[in-house]
Amino acid sequence: MIKAGVLLVLVLLAAGFPVSADDRFILVQSTTSTQNSGLFDHLLPRFEAKTGIEVRVVAVGTGQAIRNAARGDGDVLLVHAKPAEEAFVADGHGLYRADVMYNDFVIVGPPSDPAKILGMSDAVGALERIAEAKAIFAARGDDSGTNKAELRLWRSTGLDPREVSGTWYRETGSGMGATLNIGVTMGAYVMTDRATWISFGNKQDHLILVEDDPELFNQYGIIPVNPAKHPNVKVELAQEFVDWLLSDEGQRAIGDFKVDGQQLFFPNAKQ
Amino acid sequence: MRDMSGYAQTSDALMSTEELCFDADSARLIDRLSLTIAEGRRLVILGANGAGKSLTLRLLHGLISPSKGEVRWRGRPLDAAARRDQALVFQRPVLLRRSVRGNLRFALNTRRLGRAERREREEEALSQAQLVHLADRPARLLSGGEQQRLALARALACRPRLLLLDEPTASLDPAATLAVEQMILNANDTGVSVVMVTHDAGQARRVGHEIAFMHAGGVVEQGTPDAVLENPQSGPAAAWRAGRLFIEPNAAPNE
Amino acid sequence: MDGFWSVLGNAFGLVLAGDADLLEIIGLSLRVTLSAVCIACLIGFPIGAFAGAFKFPGRLGLSVLLNALMGLPPVVVGLIVYLMLSARGPLGPFALLYTPTAMIIAQTIIVAPIVAALTKQVVEDLHREYAEQFASLGVGPIDRVSALLWDARFSLLTVALAGFGRAVAEVGAVIIVGGNIDHVTRVMTTAIALETSKGNLELALALGIVLLAIAVVVNALVMTFRASAARWAYA
Repeated sequence: MIKAGVLLVLVLLAAGFPVSADDRFILVQSTTSTQNSGLFDHLLPRFEAKTGIEVRVVAVGTGQAIRNAARGDGDVLLVHAKPAEEAFVADGHGLYRADVMYNDFVIVGPPSDPAKILGMSDAVGALERIAEAKAIFAARGDDSGTNKAELRLWRSTGLDPREVSGTWYRETGSGMGATLNIGVTMGAYVMTDRATWISFGNKQDHLILVEDDPELFNQYGIIPVNPAKHPNVKVELAQEFVDWLLSDEGQRAIGDFKVDGQQLFFPNAKQ
Repeated sequence: MRDMSGYAQTSDALMSTEELCFDADSARLIDRLSLTIAEGRRLVILGANGAGKSLTLRLLHGLISPSKGEVRWRGRPLDAAARRDQALVFQRPVLLRRSVRGNLRFALNTRRLGRAERREREEEALSQAQLVHLADRPARLLSGGEQQRLALARALACRPRLLLLDEPTASLDPAATLAVEQMILNANDTGVSVVMVTHDAGQARRVGHEIAFMHAGGVVEQGTPDAVLENPQSGPAAAWRAGRLFIEPNAAPNE
Repeated sequence: MDGFWSVLGNAFGLVLAGDADLLEIIGLSLRVTLSAVCIACLIGFPIGAFAGAFKFPGRLGLSVLLNALMGLPPVVVGLIVYLMLSARGPLGPFALLYTPTAMIIAQTIIVAPIVAALTKQVVEDLHREYAEQFASLGVGPIDRVSALLWDARFSLLTVALAGFGRAVAEVGAVIIVGGNIDHVTRVMTTAIALETSKGNLELALALGIVLLAIAVVVNALVMTFRASAARWAYA
């Protein structure tokens, strides 16, 4: 009798989670930079208050977010790697792609600045100096949007640092935050999006050394996942979210978001 | 050697073995053992350490299978049903980690009894073992004597026809020993046959109708307690009575 | 060490202030982990007991398998469960991905082999003591297993605790299958990972200390119960 009672309690415990009692939610596959900066905490309550649609954000690297969405595990994709996003749509996984907002990448490093790149606004030139000085550079190495952008810049230098990975070029294989933690500890240069850097809590002495290069432009795009390919997606709810984010109201909300008085994302949806 | 045919060929044999052998790692531990247990009798098996007494009990109970020969129960080969008519009590009682009553209940639950019948036997066993006041105590916190009385009562509650006892009092004090012996004799009074292994000559005399003396895996002498204990005919039995180690007459001298 | 102590103070300040988000995260952690441990016990106890009490072909293989599964990296379990539950996976239609249920499934897979392997150890030792008595009484296989499990109940409590420790500290699997979604699947460990990646090391550490405190409390409760119950009962 006692055993039966215990069993009952256990089963109730296990079953204690209502299986999505409320189906009015969507899943957004997005990136750590949007999540870690607090942008979603700023945007989502407004959207939810207006529409009653709950938005659940899975924040991973852009590469992984795209792969998850390509398996149908998400209703909306919000990432920052334009070529990969366009390929996603071209493969039929997404309905269309729209620009949402942008910010920019910066290169941060220790105040000692062994490669002497402080104040440069030429990212490719700065990377060349870092390679020349064999100064430690901590890279994501995780196929994220930031990682893709960084590798694109390296290609412009004509060098492939991954050939010397493990010497001065160190791939953490981790998210932006983890890579910054490692980079700060190692006194390494790191390329990061500005939003993550501004909201990052463990900067220590590291500071922005290189910025304001058009090459460092970082565009975010949004894609509703294609229900023809993935019948499980909630396309109406997803469309509402996308429309709102691209609307004047959504764009204003993005522009209003500030950390320490600094605007982190700049809305640029085409009206 | 004494003529054993008088003991071996009773018509009301409950159990018998003939030329039973048991080998382990190519050593012959039980060697051509022939034994007959008569209905309602009490047989005591004596012998030095290593004579094969405990092995014999396990063979009789079917816990291990003989390498050669066969154990017969009421003239038929021993099977699972026959084992349910037997009960084995170990030197160190194997008690479950639950109450005294829980131990009785566990054993009785193997016997597919009605609820009323089970309760009745539980109470009967508790009073037989004089454990009524301890019924709800954890069995493993009882004294050694109480534990063995419980093990014995648990065995008897299953209503065996044959009780196999492997030195049941070897680690008990004299008073506890007598209490256990009394339970055995009471059970025998109700018709339960008994085979008991012991080291204690006094106990053999108190309990046994007859004694089988084992040496090197076989019975070397069998008879009444008086005959075997007072006037042993075989070398091993005589040596045991005299408190000596028995050395085989034809054993190779030490080099 | 001033920093450390102030972090500690902050952590318990959060708990004592009844910070709603933190309490929600703690609550979800406990529910997910306790559910997973309970289910893992329902699976692992009988398997371990059968492996410990009976000889059967493949018994050694089962032991090896259980011990190997004990060392399975949670990330691998997370990946497998992800692929099963993904919309494209065989269990996709149930829409369990990124839910607490998915986390329970992953943790159950991580914990069940531990429970089974340790149960086998415990039951094997106990069965060595009981085997002849069971054979003598003619106890059937099912009754044997249930009697062994019941008589080993206090040791099995410790086994369950070992499973709890592994599950509650686990991050690799739950972050993949749960997605660390705020207010939905965010538990202590994924919150710690998130705060670490935000560079909020103090807050991450504070959460870690809270997690440690929870583990200590759970262990203390179970051990106290075990000690008092076992002392009364069953040496």
